[in-house]
Amino acid sequence: MDIMASPPRRGRFRPPAAARVLGLVCLILMTGCREDSVFTPIGPVANGERLIILDSVVIMLAIVIPTILATVVVAWWFRASNRRAKRDPSFVYSGRVELVVWSIPALTILFLGSLAWISAHDLDPAKPLKSNVQPLDVEVVAMDWKWLFIYPTQGVATINRLVAPTGTPLRMHLTSATVMNTLFAPEVGSQIYVMNGMVGTMWWQVDRTGTYFGQSNMFSGDGFPGMRFEVAGVSPAQFDAWVAATRGRGPALDETGYRALLKQSSDLKPYAYGSVAPGLFDAIVQQKLPPGEGPVQAGNKNPFVRPVRSP
Amino acid sequence: MKLLGKLDWSAIPFDQPIPLAAGALVIVVILGVVALIFAKGWAPYIWNEWICSVDHKRIGVMYCSLAMVMLVRGFIDALMMRTQQSVAFHSGGYLPPEHYDQIFSAHGTIMIFFVAMPFVIGLMNFVVPLQLGVRDVAFPTLNSVALWLTAAGVLLVNMSLVVGEFSRVGWLPYPPLSELTYSPGVGVDYYCWALEISGIGTLAGGINLVTTILKMRAPGLSYTRMPIFCWTALASNLMIIAAFPVLTATLAMLLLDRYLGFHFFTNTMGGNQMMFMNLIWIWGHPEVYILVLPAFGVYSEVVSTFSGKPLFGYRSMIVATMAICIISFLVWLHHFFTMGPGGDVNGVFGIASMIIAVPTGVKIFNWLFTMYGGTVRFRVPMLWSIAFMITFVIGGMTGVMLAIPPADFILHNNLFLVAHFHNVIIPGVLFAAFAGYVYWFPKAFGFKLDEGWGKAAFWFWVIGFYLAFMPLYVMGLEGMPRRMQSYDVPQWQPWAHVATVGALSIMCGIACMVIQLVVSIRNREQLRDDYGDPWDGRTLEWITPSPPPEFNFAVMPNVTGEEAYWGLKEAAREQQRITRPVPEYEDLEMPRNSPTGFVCAFFAVMMGFALIWHIWWLLVLGFIGAYATLVVFAWRDLHERIIPKEEVARIDLENRARRNLALQEGRV
Repeated sequence: MDIMASPPRRGRFRPPAAARVLGLVCLILMTGCREDSVFTPIGPVANGERLIILDSVVIMLAIVIPTILATVVVAWWFRASNRRAKRDPSFVYSGRVELVVWSIPALTILFLGSLAWISAHDLDPAKPLKSNVQPLDVEVVAMDWKWLFIYPTQGVATINRLVAPTGTPLRMHLTSATVMNTLFAPEVGSQIYVMNGMVGTMWWQVDRTGTYFGQSNMFSGDGFPGMRFEVAGVSPAQFDAWVAATRGRGPALDETGYRALLKQSSDLKPYAYGSVAPGLFDAIVQQKLPPGEGPVQAGNKNPFVRPVRSP
Repeated sequence: MKLLGKLDWSAIPFDQPIPLAAGALVIVVILGVVALIFAKGWAPYIWNEWICSVDHKRIGVMYCSLAMVMLVRGFIDALMMRTQQSVAFHSGGYLPPEHYDQIFSAHGTIMIFFVAMPFVIGLMNFVVPLQLGVRDVAFPTLNSVALWLTAAGVLLVNMSLVVGEFSRVGWLPYPPLSELTYSPGVGVDYYCWALEISGIGTLAGGINLVTTILKMRAPGLSYTRMPIFCWTALASNLMIIAAFPVLTATLAMLLLDRYLGFHFFTNTMGGNQMMFMNLIWIWGHPEVYILVLPAFGVYSEVVSTFSGKPLFGYRSMIVATMAICIISFLVWLHHFFTMGPGGDVNGVFGIASMIIAVPTGVKIFNWLFTMYGGTVRFRVPMLWSIAFMITFVIGGMTGVMLAIPPADFILHNNLFLVAHFHNVIIPGVLFAAFAGYVYWFPKAFGFKLDEGWGKAAFWFWVIGFYLAFMPLYVMGLEGMPRRMQSYDVPQWQPWAHVATVGALSIMCGIACMVIQLVVSIRNREQLRDDYGDPWDGRTLEWITPSPPPEFNFAVMPNVTGEEAYWGLKEAAREQQRITRPVPEYEDLEMPRNSPTGFVCAFFAVMMGFALIWHIWWLLVLGFIGAYATLVVFAWRDLHERIIPKEEVARIDLENRARRNLALQEGRV
């Protein structure tokens, strides 16, 4: 109850704008210390992106904070009631000031533009990650509303669970069996859109064991919030053991299984398929297997008025 | 064939109490207002003087009123979203997905198309002809048509609350989600037709204002003497002309897909969804600057007036404005860096997007130097402007962050992005609208708005803004996607609570604005602006009485320098009387009021509704009606009515007398 007992603040005190900006910076730093954010990267991609974010913030704060301070100070100093302020209503043009106000933003942008150009190439999602380890191929299919991960070499597949051997680059080919989505795990890194009939390439790498949160980041319909997946970082030995334990057991992902999967559903618990029909991913991309059919009406509601997602 | 097309009782959401109750409330309020109008005998006045008015000032007022009403609707949507996200941790919350998805789609659509756009267009409509020293816009009746077509779009969007559903795919209908396969309901059709109809209105308004500014300025008002608000209005309307047809065409393609089985953007048969994203953002990015440039114009006027100084770096402001006008068409791809176009393309568009920050930064510095050496009065419009300058640079900073492709790969489409665009649009556009509203209100109605309630509204809004949107940056960095109806990540929830508190603070701000209006109307005699220049203004609108007569200016002002009115006022102050000689008054011809706009919009709503519900006979009827309206208007005999010179003289001499009195009393 110390706060209650403290004397009242002086009436004139107002938190200046700079305090608010500092508050923002503190917020960002605080999140940096917390679990599960883009500031707790578990792989090289997210790490590089985190660095870019921090660099750009620091560079821009160097002019943003002085600008905010200057706005407050100038407005306050030249308030009508301040007798000490020197008025000069004819100060409407100054070549020197113009030079400065054009060059400060221009130089900042020149600098950040170079950063953007270089990093856009370095961290392009499709650019292969440098590594001595043989990359692992994963084929990703966005469905209404779950993620299908196919391991073509291993012949297994999972729903809503990406099992990633640590230290191994993941060479992912992505497509969609339905509408546009993005595969995203904040601690792992980049996202790209997945679209039906098209293949995107993206590289990820998980360096630490553990389970990480993933979610489609692009709204894709009523079941979208349930389109979560987990990234399971496991040691390469554990990965091999997992493949051996999974292969040949449990359900098989053939054309019939895939067509069943096409029906809309969300919030699916992760599970694995012990076998995958060869060429399934290509058949989806080439639309030999049709895209999802959208909402199928349960009951007698008129779907062309207010469709309700199927249960 | 069914007589009512797809329309049947299943369209009414009897199973959803919230929209049903909201819809019922709206209907009761509208019926109440209409009943009041008839009971009090105001109907002929409302019809003749407002609904049929082709006066740019009244049309501007109606645009702004429309925007304010829709701001309340859009804000209620926002409040529902924030409270839903506060409670939807590990649970479904109180809004099911099929309802929540409509709410965020409606919120975005309404706030951009039916709040920000009409507010900005309303201010331009009201102010630009006055600042140019002319009597009306180039095409007065077209202006009325534009207003009522916008209102038609508003009506369709609100109809969807109780008849059928609204779009559930977000404020931009990205295919294939918006295609018939994945959105078979009428929601996307409501969205598309509402925007097709109001988009035509916006385009018509843009053509009108560009023509006005290019062809109809007062004698002597050359381009380099034009107030900066007119420059920004010119840039904005040029962009409307260039960008809005793209929106109309893009939505038309989507409608062809949905209605006639075309395959522009479908998954199958060679449709290309990426083309939609390119096209929609070729409109969408300029749209941001269509809104924000006039807002910058408002800030320029306000900062200059309340600092008692001409705008610093006037010419450099013009250059910056026109640079933004052009560059804004060259950056659209930054909305989908994550489509994977590769390093070269992403790099080019990233840099182009950053370049736009340069002229914007210049503007901030120019306002800063406008205050430098001035005499700053912290009246409500100036408070909004200073809050804007401080807040907008933060939004600009996060914008430049998002323009760096790898940062975007990690922040795209999550709440960081949502926080960013609210952080630029709310201070950038909405604060300007509020500043302009307080600033020009006395000009429109003849009395000022209450200062105390205005300041209360300001603080609630600004504090609410920071509380509502700074947490969204954090949630974004913690990986929360936008448009989440429910979630199960515990660390997001505390921030969602903070954001809800912010939304409640903004609600108090809106309440203060309503109270401010009521209090000011009741105290209008004390707040009276008796001679037309309440803020010590610098541009030509302040030479007119408040409210200005229908014809604005008894004689066309003759402009001899920058800040046309300020120069005259300086001379008048020295001699304590108006130095302009009493002119020879003449009969004035003003355009006749016309119901064309309202009737057109009536038939447009009919056609829109018929198209949404596939009621083909109604569509034909609506088309015939609209065409007949056009024919009747085109064959009209009387174009103008005469205002006799005695009337003109009476109004002008009265204002001169009031000004002379104010000058002698030293109030000017």
